[in-house]
Amino acid sequence: MAEEMTIDAKNLHYTPLNRMLRKAVSEGTTEIVINNVLGQRFIGDGLRGDNVNITINGLPGGDLAMFMNGPTVTVNGNCDHAPGNTMNSGRVIIHGSTGDATAHSMRGGEVYVRDNIGYRGGIHMKEYQEKRPVLVVGGCGRAFLGEDLAGGLLIVLGLCGECPVDERGVGSGIHGGKIILRGDVDELKLGIGAKKEDLTQEDIDDMRPFIENFAKYFDYNADEILNSKFVKIVPSSARPFANKYCWE
Amino acid sequence: MTIGSVPPKYKIAIDRDQCMLCERCIDNCSYGVFRKEDQKIIADSRKCTACHRCIAMCPRDAINLHEKPNDYRSHPVWTRETREAIYNQAKSGKIILSGMGNAGDYPIIFDKLVLDACQVTNPSIDPLREPMEIRTYIGKKPRQVEVSKNSSGDYDLNTELAPNLKLDTPVMIGHMSYGAISLNAQLAMAKAVHEVGTYMGTGEGGLHKSLFPYQDRMIVQIASGRFGVDVDYLERGAAIEIKIGQGAKPGIGGHLPGEKVSEEVSKTRMIPIHSDAISPAPHHDIYSIEDLAQLVRSLKEATEWKKPVFVKIAAVHNAPAIAAGIARSSADAVVIDGFKGGTGAAPRVFRDNVGIPIEAAVAAVDSKLRSQGVRNEISIIASGGIRNSADLTKSIALGADAVYIGTAALVAMGCRVCGSCYRGLCPWGIATQRPELVKRLNPDEASKNVANLIKGWTLELSELMGAAGINSIESLRGNRDRLRGYMLDEGLMNVLDVKTVGA
Repeated sequence: MAEEMTIDAKNLHYTPLNRMLRKAVSEGTTEIVINNVLGQRFIGDGLRGDNVNITINGLPGGDLAMFMNGPTVTVNGNCDHAPGNTMNSGRVIIHGSTGDATAHSMRGGEVYVRDNIGYRGGIHMKEYQEKRPVLVVGGCGRAFLGEDLAGGLLIVLGLCGECPVDERGVGSGIHGGKIILRGDVDELKLGIGAKKEDLTQEDIDDMRPFIENFAKYFDYNADEILNSKFVKIVPSSARPFANKYCWE
Repeated sequence: MTIGSVPPKYKIAIDRDQCMLCERCIDNCSYGVFRKEDQKIIADSRKCTACHRCIAMCPRDAINLHEKPNDYRSHPVWTRETREAIYNQAKSGKIILSGMGNAGDYPIIFDKLVLDACQVTNPSIDPLREPMEIRTYIGKKPRQVEVSKNSSGDYDLNTELAPNLKLDTPVMIGHMSYGAISLNAQLAMAKAVHEVGTYMGTGEGGLHKSLFPYQDRMIVQIASGRFGVDVDYLERGAAIEIKIGQGAKPGIGGHLPGEKVSEEVSKTRMIPIHSDAISPAPHHDIYSIEDLAQLVRSLKEATEWKKPVFVKIAAVHNAPAIAAGIARSSADAVVIDGFKGGTGAAPRVFRDNVGIPIEAAVAAVDSKLRSQGVRNEISIIASGGIRNSADLTKSIALGADAVYIGTAALVAMGCRVCGSCYRGLCPWGIATQRPELVKRLNPDEASKNVANLIKGWTLELSELMGAAGINSIESLRGNRDRLRGYMLDEGLMNVLDVKTVGA
């Protein structure tokens, strides 16, 4: 029963790659390194295993860790779109940037992105009971950040030196959860249903463990980050559509 | 200047000679129409939705309900409905919500199509004495199969077959979520599909644990809100359906108001109690046919390619082109939901005006897929306004493999199509989450009704096929020669690919 394993993904289609992953995890392998990843989609899709660590060297394709339930995936490189899509639990740590819809509909677990994310980051994340999804982005987000957010925590740090998000539609349709931005965002950039508030001590305590994780993974100083100015974007109403309809 | 109130739509009259003041009407009306005053039952007709619960429960048949005659000045353009909608919106400034299916005055194409029967020159078949093959397999079929002879002289199949759903009847029950309908209603339908050997959809509301015993008969839905979706849910279902659109409201998302998200609903949807459940109009990871293919394949990867994946779209103008894309996306079936499809709640303007009829959509999709040489690789499921076995038979002749029913299954459980589902007060215990109303629906009895309906339609389908000299559903599927258009225009007959009566 091997506890460590290396997979060479060169010229390997995603289905056999995922089969190898599932088989390895089912046989008790807890440390898996996948080398030469070049665009394979769906890596770790629906994979279960709480003590499993997967290291990806290369550039995974879309929907990395979709529906994943437990494992920790570390990517040494950039990611295509929607890593963490509808993920249930586990952790994805990306040493690079990601594409659009990062953490789309994530239900639980954590996604850390060292650099930037594409459009619609953290869209429609939601939370339930103990499951609270968290997305931490070191660099910048693009338009429609946190659109339709229904729950969870979305943090964008703007450590690239620019403002965390300088495009429109931030929190458009937000009806739960919160978006925390390091620095500030122009009110004009907020989407319908979103409002900007100052952080409370409770908010800072809430995000502290995730900032500490981020700093640990990507070699930053957590206290320096936490000492910055932040704003949060929250729903202006918990029932944005409550007054939209009348009866026949 | 106020607009004032509009007149009531219905008028309730109580036969005082018959009424014995048992007060069952008061107990049964969840809309609060009835009250007792001075040893008399008084009815407030203004509150009535014509759900007929009071009439069904009155032991003396003392209640009469009539649609109240139009007392506006009659006008062919400015109808009562048109005027009342304006009054409503002039007062509220809001979107008018409606329930059930399209209430527009459109001709029903099914009723202008007639089926064929054999006379003299080729024998009709008696289903009582001859075997009729109505079993249907939904899923991807191989373009061709390869076999080889083994050492014992038998042939082995070398082609790997994709998983298919085996249907003993081509009638399935479409997706109505827990939240939109009650758990007892879902349970009743789950027992029924289990009994008759078919399948039902969960809707976008997750899968309640009470339905786990029937999970091998459930098609789990993944919609834009991704409610209740995790890998356990995906693995439980017999198949997975991606909902892109719905016939009653093409192009818009859904919204289950927080009032309906009870503790049990919150558990299956995996959202906090009393929070709004908002399904965006698009899936935010699908902005192209390639993205759709990616979601199909990600669902297959998550379930190790063991389950068929369906894609449901609303019937719209370019449905054939979209279906052609879906056929190439690894999906196993395309579900087309016509504009007469029902709903718990939709903006009225969408329900009554957006989309196209299922008859035209299924024929056009079937033709497009055949012309592109991919029809044999994917199944077509038709839904949205299937009312009887004739609609079922005509749908298959127009190109469907099977149909989904929705409203018909609810009617089999007692629904009277009052169209007030969105209010959550359904007195029949169907479209409600109120415990005192939910318990009115006995899942065992209701399941018998639903099973009987499907059995009856299946028998009638066999008879219709036999009369047409067809003994296999394979021979009925897409067989337009068994249909004729009666008083249909030439353009529509071209789309349907049927000839006129007499031709």
